[in-house]
Amino acid sequence: MRVSNVLGIENKKPSIEEILDSGKFLVSGEIGPPKGPDIEEMIGHIDLLKDRVHAMNITDNQSSVMKYPSLATALIILEHGGEPILQVTCRDRNRMAIESDLLFAYTRGVRSVLCLTGDSVPVGDHKECKSVFDLESVQLLNLFRTMEEGNDMGGNEMNGPVKFFPGAIVTPEADPLEPQLLKFEKKVEAGARWFQTQAIYDMDHFAKFMKGAREYPVKIQAGLVLLVSAGMAKYMNKNVPGVFVPDELVGEMAASEKGKALDTGIRIMARQIKRIREENLADGVHIMAIGKEGVVPRILEEAELDINDL
Amino acid sequence: MIITKQKPFEVVLEELGDAKSVFLVGCGDCATLCETGGEDQVKEMGQKLESEGKKVAGSVVLEVGCHELDAKKQFRVQKDEIAEADVILVMSCGAGTQAARAVTDKPVFPANDTLFLGNILRYGNFEEKCSLCGDCILDETGAICPVTRCHKGILNGPCGGTDKGKCEVDPDKECGWTLIYQQLEKEGRVEAMKEYRPAKNWNAVLKPGNFVIPSRRKGGDEGE
Repeated sequence: MRVSNVLGIENKKPSIEEILDSGKFLVSGEIGPPKGPDIEEMIGHIDLLKDRVHAMNITDNQSSVMKYPSLATALIILEHGGEPILQVTCRDRNRMAIESDLLFAYTRGVRSVLCLTGDSVPVGDHKECKSVFDLESVQLLNLFRTMEEGNDMGGNEMNGPVKFFPGAIVTPEADPLEPQLLKFEKKVEAGARWFQTQAIYDMDHFAKFMKGAREYPVKIQAGLVLLVSAGMAKYMNKNVPGVFVPDELVGEMAASEKGKALDTGIRIMARQIKRIREENLADGVHIMAIGKEGVVPRILEEAELDINDL
Repeated sequence: MIITKQKPFEVVLEELGDAKSVFLVGCGDCATLCETGGEDQVKEMGQKLESEGKKVAGSVVLEVGCHELDAKKQFRVQKDEIAEADVILVMSCGAGTQAARAVTDKPVFPANDTLFLGNILRYGNFEEKCSLCGDCILDETGAICPVTRCHKGILNGPCGGTDKGKCEVDPDKECGWTLIYQQLEKEGRVEAMKEYRPAKNWNAVLKPGNFVIPSRRKGGDEGE
Protein backbone atom coordinates (compact mmCIF):
# COMPACT_ATOMS: atom_id res chain seq x y z
CA MET A 1 0.00 0.00 0.00
CA ARG A 2 1.36 3.40 -0.96
CA VAL A 3 -0.72 6.25 0.34
CA SER A 4 1.64 9.15 -0.18
CA ASN A 5 0.56 12.41 -1.72
CA VAL A 6 -2.97 12.15 -0.44
CA LEU A 7 -2.97 15.89 -0.12
CA GLY A 8 -1.90 16.51 -3.64
CA ILE A 9 1.89 16.88 -3.64
CA GLU A 10 3.47 14.84 -6.39
CA ASN A 11 6.99 13.46 -6.37
CA LYS A 12 8.37 14.93 -9.58
CA LYS A 13 11.88 13.59 -9.18
CA PRO A 14 13.20 10.06 -8.93
CA SER A 15 13.86 8.98 -5.36
CA ILE A 16 17.45 8.78 -4.18
CA GLU A 17 16.91 5.06 -3.70
CA GLU A 18 16.19 4.76 -7.43
CA ILE A 19 19.23 6.86 -8.31
CA LEU A 20 21.59 4.84 -6.10
CA ASP A 21 20.12 1.52 -7.25
CA SER A 22 20.69 2.51 -10.86
CA GLY A 23 24.35 3.05 -10.04
CA LYS A 24 24.21 6.78 -10.77
CA PHE A 25 26.44 9.23 -8.89
CA LEU A 26 24.11 10.80 -6.30
CA VAL A 27 24.45 14.56 -5.92
CA SER A 28 22.70 16.23 -3.04
CA GLY A 29 22.73 19.70 -1.58
CA GLU A 30 21.64 21.09 1.71
CA ILE A 31 19.04 23.60 2.79
CA GLY A 32 19.48 25.27 6.15
CA PRO A 33 16.10 26.68 7.19
CA PRO A 34 16.09 30.25 8.57
CA LYS A 35 15.51 31.49 12.05
CA GLY A 36 12.13 33.07 11.76
CA PRO A 37 9.16 33.21 9.45
CA ASP A 38 10.80 34.88 6.45
CA ILE A 39 11.42 31.93 4.14
CA GLU A 40 11.84 33.80 0.87
CA GLU A 41 15.62 33.39 0.70
CA MET A 42 15.35 29.70 1.51
CA ILE A 43 12.79 29.23 -1.23
CA GLY A 44 15.20 30.98 -3.58
CA HIS A 45 17.86 28.41 -2.67
CA ILE A 46 15.41 25.56 -3.18
CA ASP A 47 14.48 26.86 -6.63
CA LEU A 48 18.14 27.34 -7.50
CA LEU A 49 19.13 23.81 -6.48
CA LYS A 50 16.10 21.65 -7.23
CA ASP A 51 17.10 20.82 -10.84
CA ARG A 52 20.85 20.90 -10.27
CA VAL A 53 21.03 18.28 -7.50
CA HIS A 54 19.11 15.05 -7.13
CA ALA A 55 17.93 15.87 -3.65
CA MET A 56 18.28 18.36 -0.82
CA ASN A 57 18.90 17.62 2.85
CA ILE A 58 17.00 19.77 5.26
CA THR A 59 18.73 20.27 8.58
CA ASP A 60 16.73 19.77 11.78
CA ASN A 61 17.46 22.58 14.23
CA GLN A 62 21.10 22.18 13.23
CA SER A 63 23.72 22.71 15.95
CA SER A 64 20.85 22.87 18.46
CA VAL A 65 19.84 26.26 17.09
CA MET A 66 16.08 26.74 16.78
CA LYS A 67 15.08 27.15 13.11
CA TYR A 68 12.14 26.82 10.74
CA PRO A 69 11.21 23.11 10.83
CA SER A 70 12.82 20.50 8.60
CA LEU A 71 9.54 18.69 7.98
CA ALA A 72 7.81 21.85 6.75
CA THR A 73 10.79 22.61 4.53
CA ALA A 74 10.63 19.09 3.06
CA LEU A 75 7.06 19.79 1.98
CA ILE A 76 8.05 23.14 0.46
CA ILE A 77 10.75 21.37 -1.53
CA LEU A 78 8.18 18.87 -2.82
CA GLU A 79 5.77 21.68 -3.70
CA HIS A 80 8.56 23.32 -5.67
CA GLY A 81 9.29 20.12 -7.57
CA GLY A 82 12.46 19.11 -5.73
CA GLU A 83 13.32 15.96 -3.80
CA PRO A 84 13.79 16.30 -0.04
CA ILE A 85 16.00 14.29 2.30
CA LEU A 86 14.40 14.82 5.67
CA GLN A 87 16.90 15.02 8.50
CA VAL A 88 15.51 13.75 11.78
CA THR A 89 17.38 14.20 15.04
CA CYS A 90 16.52 12.70 18.43
CA ARG A 91 17.32 15.77 20.50
CA ASP A 92 13.96 17.55 20.42
CA ARG A 93 11.37 14.82 20.03
CA ASN A 94 10.63 11.58 21.84
CA ARG A 95 9.80 8.37 19.99
CA MET A 96 6.10 9.15 19.91
CA ALA A 97 6.61 12.57 18.33
CA ILE A 98 9.10 11.17 15.80
CA GLU A 99 6.77 8.35 14.76
CA SER A 100 3.89 10.74 14.40
CA ASP A 101 6.00 13.18 12.32
CA LEU A 102 7.11 10.29 10.11
CA LEU A 103 3.50 9.28 9.45
CA PHE A 104 2.84 12.81 8.30
CA ALA A 105 5.99 12.93 6.17
CA TYR A 106 5.10 9.61 4.57
CA THR A 107 1.59 10.66 3.60
CA ARG A 108 2.97 13.83 2.03
CA GLY A 109 5.53 12.15 -0.20
CA VAL A 110 8.78 12.34 1.76
CA ARG A 111 10.74 9.23 0.86
CA SER A 112 14.24 9.58 2.27
CA VAL A 113 15.12 10.23 5.89
CA LEU A 114 18.59 10.85 7.28
CA CYS A 115 18.80 9.69 10.91
CA LEU A 116 20.95 11.59 13.38
CA THR A 117 21.27 11.61 17.14
CA GLY A 118 21.52 15.40 17.07
CA ASP A 119 23.90 17.85 18.68
CA SER A 120 23.82 18.46 22.42
CA VAL A 121 21.56 21.19 23.71
CA PRO A 122 24.31 23.23 25.42
CA VAL A 123 26.16 23.84 22.12
CA GLY A 124 23.12 25.67 20.72
CA ASP A 125 20.99 28.73 21.40
CA HIS A 126 18.46 27.27 23.84
CA LYS A 127 20.91 26.32 26.55
CA GLU A 128 18.36 25.75 29.28
CA CYS A 129 15.97 23.52 27.37
CA LYS A 130 15.43 19.89 28.20
CA SER A 131 17.23 17.46 25.90
CA VAL A 132 15.17 14.49 24.83
CA PHE A 133 17.41 11.73 23.36
CA ASP A 134 14.67 9.20 24.09
CA LEU A 135 16.23 7.46 21.07
CA GLU A 136 19.55 7.86 19.27
CA SER A 137 20.58 7.32 15.66
CA VAL A 138 20.83 3.52 15.77
CA GLN A 139 17.51 3.07 17.51
CA LEU A 140 15.94 5.61 15.15
CA LEU A 141 17.16 3.58 12.17
CA ASN A 142 15.67 0.48 13.73
CA LEU A 143 12.32 2.28 14.01
CA PHE A 144 12.01 2.28 10.21
CA ARG A 145 12.02 -1.51 10.22
CA THR A 146 9.28 -1.52 12.84
CA MET A 147 7.14 0.93 10.87
CA GLU A 148 7.75 -0.98 7.66
CA GLU A 149 6.25 -4.00 9.38
CA GLY A 150 3.19 -1.89 10.16
CA ASN A 151 3.94 -1.45 13.84
CA ASP A 152 4.90 1.37 16.15
CA MET A 153 7.49 1.37 18.93
CA GLY A 154 4.85 0.86 21.58
CA GLY A 155 4.31 -2.58 20.05
CA ASN A 156 1.00 -1.59 18.51
CA GLU A 157 -0.21 -2.34 15.02
CA MET A 158 -0.77 0.70 12.79
CA ASN A 159 -3.45 0.75 10.11
CA GLY A 160 -0.80 0.22 7.45
CA PRO A 161 2.94 -0.04 6.88
CA VAL A 162 5.21 2.95 6.30
CA LYS A 163 8.18 2.64 4.01
CA PHE A 164 11.08 5.07 3.81
CA PHE A 165 14.65 4.94 2.53
CA PRO A 166 16.56 5.46 5.79
CA GLY A 167 20.11 6.76 5.85
CA ALA A 168 22.69 7.78 8.41
CA ILE A 169 25.96 9.63 8.81
CA VAL A 170 29.48 8.46 9.50
CA THR A 171 32.59 10.42 10.46
CA PRO A 172 35.70 9.15 8.64
CA GLU A 173 37.94 11.57 10.55
CA ALA A 174 36.66 10.63 14.02
CA ASP A 175 39.36 10.39 16.67
CA PRO A 176 39.53 7.67 17.90
CA LEU A 177 38.14 6.02 14.76
CA GLU A 178 37.50 2.46 16.02
CA PRO A 179 34.40 3.19 18.16
CA GLN A 180 33.01 5.23 15.24
CA LEU A 181 33.48 2.27 12.90
CA LEU A 182 31.71 -0.04 15.35
CA LYS A 183 28.83 2.40 15.35
CA PHE A 184 28.85 2.54 11.54
CA GLU A 185 28.47 -1.24 11.53
CA LYS A 186 25.60 -1.02 13.99
CA LYS A 187 23.88 1.56 11.80
CA VAL A 188 24.19 -0.74 8.80
CA GLU A 189 22.74 -3.62 10.79
CA ALA A 190 19.95 -1.42 12.14
CA GLY A 191 18.84 -0.73 8.58
CA ALA A 192 20.75 2.26 7.20
CA ARG A 193 20.61 1.93 3.41
CA TRP A 194 22.93 4.79 2.57
CA PHE A 195 25.36 7.10 4.33
CA GLN A 196 26.51 10.68 4.07
CA THR A 197 29.87 11.38 5.65
CA GLN A 198 30.81 14.24 7.91
CA ALA A 199 32.87 16.80 5.97
CA ILE A 200 36.01 15.26 4.50
CA TYR A 201 39.02 17.11 3.10
CA ASP A 202 41.89 14.64 3.31
CA MET A 203 41.16 12.61 0.19
CA ASP A 204 43.86 9.99 0.77
CA HIS A 205 42.50 9.31 4.22
CA PHE A 206 38.97 9.19 2.79
CA ALA A 207 40.07 6.70 0.13
CA LYS A 208 41.47 4.49 2.89
CA PHE A 209 38.24 4.78 4.87
CA MET A 210 36.16 3.90 1.82
CA LYS A 211 38.20 0.80 1.16
CA GLY A 212 36.91 -0.61 4.46
CA ALA A 213 33.42 0.86 4.13
CA ARG A 214 32.92 -0.68 0.68
CA GLU A 215 32.79 -4.07 2.38
CA TYR A 216 29.31 -3.18 3.63
CA PRO A 217 26.13 -3.40 1.57
CA VAL A 218 25.44 0.34 1.66
CA LYS A 219 25.99 3.33 -0.58
CA ILE A 220 28.08 6.22 0.66
CA GLN A 221 28.10 9.88 -0.32
CA ALA A 222 31.16 11.96 0.50
CA GLY A 223 30.20 14.97 2.58
CA LEU A 224 31.82 18.20 1.36
CA VAL A 225 31.70 21.51 3.18
CA LEU A 226 32.60 24.64 1.22
CA LEU A 227 35.56 26.52 2.69
CA VAL A 228 35.07 30.27 2.57
CA SER A 229 38.24 31.39 4.34
CA ALA A 230 41.43 30.09 5.90
CA GLY A 231 40.02 31.19 9.24
CA MET A 232 37.02 28.93 8.78
CA ALA A 233 39.29 25.96 8.07
CA LYS A 234 41.33 26.68 11.19
CA TYR A 235 38.19 27.16 13.23
CA MET A 236 36.81 23.80 12.13
CA ASN A 237 40.08 22.05 12.90
CA LYS A 238 39.96 23.45 16.39
CA ASN A 239 36.25 23.30 17.17
CA VAL A 240 34.35 20.84 15.00
CA PRO A 241 34.74 17.23 16.12
CA GLY A 242 35.52 14.83 13.27
CA VAL A 243 36.55 17.51 10.77
CA PHE A 244 40.15 17.84 9.66
CA VAL A 245 41.35 20.26 7.01
CA PRO A 246 44.93 19.38 6.02
CA ASP A 247 47.57 22.11 6.27
CA GLU A 248 48.05 22.36 2.51
CA LEU A 249 44.35 23.25 2.02
CA VAL A 250 44.49 25.79 4.85
CA GLY A 251 47.55 27.22 3.06
CA GLU A 252 45.78 27.25 -0.29
CA MET A 253 42.88 29.17 1.26
CA ALA A 254 45.28 31.59 2.96
CA ALA A 255 47.13 32.22 -0.30
CA SER A 256 43.94 33.48 -1.98
CA GLU A 257 44.06 36.97 -3.41
CA LYS A 258 42.21 39.48 -1.28
CA GLY A 259 38.44 38.92 -1.64
CA LYS A 260 38.95 35.72 -3.62
CA ALA A 261 38.90 33.14 -0.80
CA LEU A 262 35.44 31.95 -1.81
CA ASP A 263 36.73 31.27 -5.33
CA THR A 264 39.50 29.17 -3.83
CA GLY A 265 36.97 27.25 -1.74
CA ILE A 266 34.89 26.59 -4.84
CA ARG A 267 38.00 25.43 -6.73
CA ILE A 268 38.97 23.08 -3.90
CA MET A 269 35.52 21.51 -3.69
CA ALA A 270 35.27 21.15 -7.48
CA ARG A 271 38.65 19.40 -7.45
CA GLN A 272 37.48 17.08 -4.67
CA ILE A 273 34.32 16.18 -6.61
CA LYS A 274 36.33 15.46 -9.74
CA ARG A 275 38.71 13.19 -7.89
CA ILE A 276 35.88 11.34 -6.15
CA ARG A 277 34.25 10.66 -9.51
CA GLU A 278 37.44 9.86 -11.41
CA GLU A 279 38.70 7.44 -8.79
CA ASN A 280 35.22 6.16 -7.94
CA LEU A 281 35.89 6.90 -4.28
CA ALA A 282 32.21 7.17 -3.32
CA ASP A 283 28.68 6.70 -4.65
CA GLY A 284 27.97 10.40 -4.66
CA VAL A 285 28.64 13.70 -3.00
CA HIS A 286 26.69 15.72 -0.50
CA ILE A 287 27.46 19.41 -0.92
CA MET A 288 27.16 21.64 2.12
CA ALA A 289 27.64 25.27 1.15
CA ILE A 290 26.61 26.57 4.54
CA GLY A 291 25.19 30.05 3.96
CA LYS A 292 26.56 30.18 0.39
CA GLU A 293 23.96 28.01 -1.36
CA GLY A 294 24.01 30.49 -4.23
CA VAL A 295 27.42 29.29 -5.44
CA VAL A 296 26.50 25.60 -5.70
CA PRO A 297 25.79 25.91 -9.45
CA ARG A 298 29.33 27.30 -9.89
CA ILE A 299 30.83 24.43 -7.90
CA LEU A 300 29.00 21.92 -10.07
CA GLU A 301 30.08 23.72 -13.24
CA GLU A 302 33.73 23.80 -12.22
CA ALA A 303 33.47 20.13 -11.26
CA GLU A 304 31.93 19.44 -14.68
CA LEU A 305 29.08 17.71 -12.91
CA ASP A 306 25.65 18.00 -14.55
CA ILE A 307 23.13 15.57 -13.10
CA ASN A 308 21.30 15.50 -16.43
CA ASP A 309 24.37 13.98 -18.08
CA LEU A 310 24.85 11.18 -15.54
CA MET B 1 26.01 10.11 48.09
CA ILE B 2 23.84 13.11 47.30
CA ILE B 3 25.86 16.14 46.26
CA THR B 4 24.65 19.57 47.31
CA LYS B 5 25.90 23.12 47.11
CA GLN B 6 24.82 26.04 49.22
CA LYS B 7 22.55 28.62 47.70
CA PRO B 8 23.99 32.15 47.89
CA PHE B 9 23.22 33.62 51.30
CA GLU B 10 21.20 36.47 49.73
CA VAL B 11 18.93 33.87 48.12
CA VAL B 12 18.44 32.16 51.46
CA LEU B 13 17.61 35.52 53.06
CA GLU B 14 15.09 36.20 50.32
CA GLU B 15 13.45 32.80 50.90
CA LEU B 16 13.11 33.53 54.60
CA GLY B 17 11.41 36.86 53.91
CA ASP B 18 10.25 38.57 57.09
CA ALA B 19 10.51 35.43 59.26
CA LYS B 20 12.05 36.56 62.52
CA SER B 21 12.94 33.24 64.08
CA VAL B 22 14.56 30.29 62.31
CA PHE B 23 15.15 26.65 63.27
CA LEU B 24 18.10 25.13 61.42
CA VAL B 25 18.34 21.50 60.30
CA GLY B 26 21.60 19.96 59.05
CA CYS B 27 22.55 16.48 57.87
CA GLY B 28 25.33 14.42 59.39
CA ASP B 29 25.82 12.37 56.27
CA CYS B 30 26.04 13.64 52.66
CA ALA B 31 25.61 17.35 53.43
CA THR B 32 28.35 17.14 56.06
CA LEU B 33 30.76 15.70 53.47
CA CYS B 34 29.69 18.36 50.97
CA GLU B 35 30.23 21.03 53.67
CA THR B 36 26.72 22.31 53.10
CA GLY B 37 24.95 21.08 56.24
CA GLY B 38 27.42 19.78 58.84
CA GLU B 39 27.87 21.15 62.36
CA ASP B 40 30.25 23.88 61.14
CA GLN B 41 27.99 25.12 58.36
CA VAL B 42 24.90 25.10 60.57
CA LYS B 43 26.76 27.16 63.16
CA GLU B 44 28.02 29.56 60.53
CA MET B 45 24.54 29.93 59.03
CA GLY B 46 23.19 30.72 62.50
CA GLN B 47 25.77 33.46 62.97
CA LYS B 48 25.08 34.99 59.57
CA LEU B 49 21.34 34.97 60.17
CA GLU B 50 21.81 36.60 63.56
CA SER B 51 23.98 39.30 62.02
CA GLU B 52 21.00 39.97 59.73
CA GLY B 53 18.79 40.43 62.76
CA LYS B 54 17.16 36.99 62.74
CA LYS B 55 16.80 34.86 65.83
CA VAL B 56 17.99 31.27 65.75
CA ALA B 57 15.37 29.38 67.77
CA GLY B 58 17.44 26.20 67.72
CA SER B 59 19.23 23.77 65.49
CA VAL B 60 19.94 20.11 64.94
CA VAL B 61 22.23 18.10 62.70
CA LEU B 62 20.30 14.91 62.01
CA GLU B 63 22.36 11.75 61.69
CA VAL B 64 20.92 11.32 58.19
CA GLY B 65 18.90 14.23 56.85
CA CYS B 66 16.52 12.19 54.74
CA HIS B 67 15.52 9.73 57.47
CA GLU B 68 11.95 10.80 58.20
CA LEU B 69 11.51 8.61 61.27
CA ASP B 70 14.64 10.04 62.90
CA ALA B 71 13.60 13.55 61.93
CA LYS B 72 10.22 12.98 63.52
CA LYS B 73 11.82 11.80 66.79
CA GLN B 74 14.28 14.68 66.90
CA PHE B 75 11.64 17.27 66.10
CA ARG B 76 9.64 15.89 69.06
CA VAL B 77 12.68 16.24 71.33
CA GLN B 78 13.17 19.87 70.24
CA LYS B 79 9.47 20.69 69.91
CA ASP B 80 9.67 23.85 72.04
CA GLU B 81 12.43 25.39 69.90
CA ILE B 82 10.55 24.45 66.74
CA ALA B 83 7.34 25.92 68.13
CA GLU B 84 9.18 29.18 68.71
CA ALA B 85 10.51 29.31 65.14
CA ASP B 86 8.60 30.99 62.30
CA VAL B 87 10.31 28.81 59.71
CA ILE B 88 12.57 25.76 59.33
CA LEU B 89 15.68 26.17 57.17
CA VAL B 90 17.08 22.83 56.01
CA MET B 91 20.77 22.50 55.11
CA SER B 92 20.53 19.13 53.43
CA CYS B 93 19.54 17.81 50.01
CA GLY B 94 16.04 18.14 48.54
CA ALA B 95 15.17 14.82 50.14
CA GLY B 96 16.30 16.10 53.54
CA THR B 97 14.28 19.27 53.10
CA GLN B 98 11.22 17.19 52.34
CA ALA B 99 11.89 14.92 55.32
CA ALA B 100 11.49 18.03 57.46
CA ARG B 101 8.41 18.88 55.44
CA ALA B 102 6.92 15.50 56.38
CA VAL B 103 7.34 15.98 60.11
CA THR B 104 6.28 19.58 60.77
CA ASP B 105 3.58 21.94 59.60
CA LYS B 106 5.87 24.97 59.82
CA PRO B 107 7.08 26.60 56.59
CA VAL B 108 10.20 24.72 55.42
CA PHE B 109 12.88 26.25 53.14
CA PRO B 110 15.98 24.80 51.44
CA ALA B 111 19.43 26.31 52.03
CA ASN B 112 21.04 24.14 49.33
CA ASP B 113 20.68 23.15 45.70
CA THR B 114 20.82 19.41 45.11
CA LEU B 115 23.10 18.44 42.22
CA PHE B 116 23.43 14.71 41.66
CA LEU B 117 24.15 11.28 43.06
CA GLY B 118 27.92 11.42 43.18
CA ASN B 119 31.00 9.36 43.82
CA ILE B 120 33.73 10.83 46.00
CA LEU B 121 36.86 11.14 43.85
CA ARG B 122 38.77 12.72 46.71
CA TYR B 123 37.74 14.89 49.60
CA GLY B 124 35.35 17.56 48.38
CA ASN B 125 35.51 16.41 44.76
CA PHE B 126 32.52 14.52 43.39
CA GLU B 127 31.47 13.00 40.07
CA GLU B 128 28.13 11.75 38.82
CA LYS B 129 28.33 8.13 37.67
CA CYS B 130 24.81 6.75 38.14
CA SER B 131 21.44 8.23 37.16
CA LEU B 132 19.27 5.85 39.20
CA CYS B 133 17.45 4.68 36.05
CA GLY B 134 16.16 1.41 37.50
CA ASP B 135 17.44 -0.71 34.63
CA CYS B 136 21.17 -1.33 35.06
CA ILE B 137 23.20 -2.31 31.99
CA LEU B 138 26.67 -1.93 33.50
CA ASP B 139 27.27 -5.62 32.77
CA GLU B 140 27.31 -4.76 29.05
CA THR B 141 29.37 -1.60 29.20
CA GLY B 142 32.48 -2.39 31.19
CA ALA B 143 30.86 -1.04 34.36
CA ILE B 144 30.82 2.49 32.93
CA CYS B 145 27.31 3.92 32.63
CA PRO B 146 26.46 5.46 29.23
CA VAL B 147 23.15 6.79 30.52
CA THR B 148 25.07 9.00 32.92
CA ARG B 149 28.56 9.45 31.59
CA CYS B 150 27.51 10.25 28.05
CA HIS B 151 25.91 13.70 28.08
CA LYS B 152 23.16 12.48 25.74
CA GLY B 153 22.74 9.19 27.59
CA ILE B 154 22.79 7.23 24.34
CA LEU B 155 23.11 3.46 24.26
CA ASN B 156 24.75 2.32 21.02
CA GLY B 157 28.15 3.96 20.91
CA PRO B 158 29.69 7.44 20.71
CA CYS B 159 27.97 10.30 18.93
CA GLY B 160 29.67 12.51 16.35
CA GLY B 161 30.35 15.17 18.96
CA THR B 162 33.19 13.28 20.60
CA ASP B 163 36.75 14.36 19.91
CA LYS B 164 39.95 12.84 21.24
CA GLY B 165 38.05 11.25 24.09
CA LYS B 166 36.30 14.45 25.15
CA CYS B 167 32.66 15.54 25.01
CA GLU B 168 31.27 18.34 22.85
CA VAL B 169 29.50 19.98 25.79
CA ASP B 170 32.68 20.55 27.79
CA PRO B 171 36.30 19.83 26.84
CA ASP B 172 36.93 18.86 30.47
CA LYS B 173 34.36 16.08 30.35
CA GLU B 174 35.37 12.62 29.17
CA CYS B 175 33.33 10.99 26.39
CA GLY B 176 31.57 8.16 28.22
CA TRP B 177 31.52 5.95 25.14
CA THR B 178 35.25 6.37 24.54
CA LEU B 179 35.80 5.29 28.17
CA ILE B 180 33.54 2.28 27.59
CA TYR B 181 35.39 1.37 24.41
CA GLN B 182 38.78 1.62 26.12
CA GLN B 183 37.60 -0.47 29.07
CA LEU B 184 36.08 -3.19 26.88
CA GLU B 185 39.28 -3.25 24.87
CA LYS B 186 41.28 -3.85 28.08
CA GLU B 187 38.92 -6.67 28.95
CA GLY B 188 39.26 -8.15 25.47
CA ARG B 189 35.56 -7.87 24.73
CA VAL B 190 35.14 -4.95 22.35
CA GLU B 191 32.58 -7.20 20.65
CA ALA B 192 30.16 -6.15 23.39
CA MET B 193 30.08 -2.70 21.73
CA LYS B 194 28.45 -4.27 18.67
CA GLU B 195 25.45 -5.50 20.62
CA TYR B 196 22.36 -3.54 19.58
CA ARG B 197 20.69 -1.97 22.58
CA PRO B 198 17.03 -1.24 21.96
CA ALA B 199 15.30 1.94 23.03
CA LYS B 200 15.40 2.27 26.79
CA ASN B 201 12.46 1.93 29.12
CA TRP B 202 12.64 5.33 30.77
CA ASN B 203 9.78 4.34 33.05
CA ALA B 204 11.50 1.38 34.74
CA VAL B 205 10.95 3.38 37.90
CA LEU B 206 7.55 4.99 37.70
CA LYS B 207 8.06 8.51 38.99
CA PRO B 208 7.72 9.29 41.84
CA GLY B 209 9.58 6.14 42.89
CA ASN B 210 8.27 4.04 45.73
CA PHE B 211 9.74 0.78 46.89
CA VAL B 212 9.21 -1.56 49.78
CA ILE B 213 11.72 -4.37 50.31
CA PRO B 214 10.05 -7.76 49.93
CA SER B 215 10.49 -8.80 53.57
CA ARG B 216 8.59 -5.68 54.62
CA ARG B 217 5.69 -6.07 52.27
CA LYS B 218 2.28 -6.71 53.70
CA GLY B 219 -0.27 -8.70 51.76
CA GLY B 220 1.65 -9.34 48.57
CA ASP B 221 3.54 -7.48 45.94
CA GLU B 222 2.94 -3.78 46.29
CA GLY B 223 5.74 -1.31 46.07
CA GLU B 224 7.96 0.01 43.31
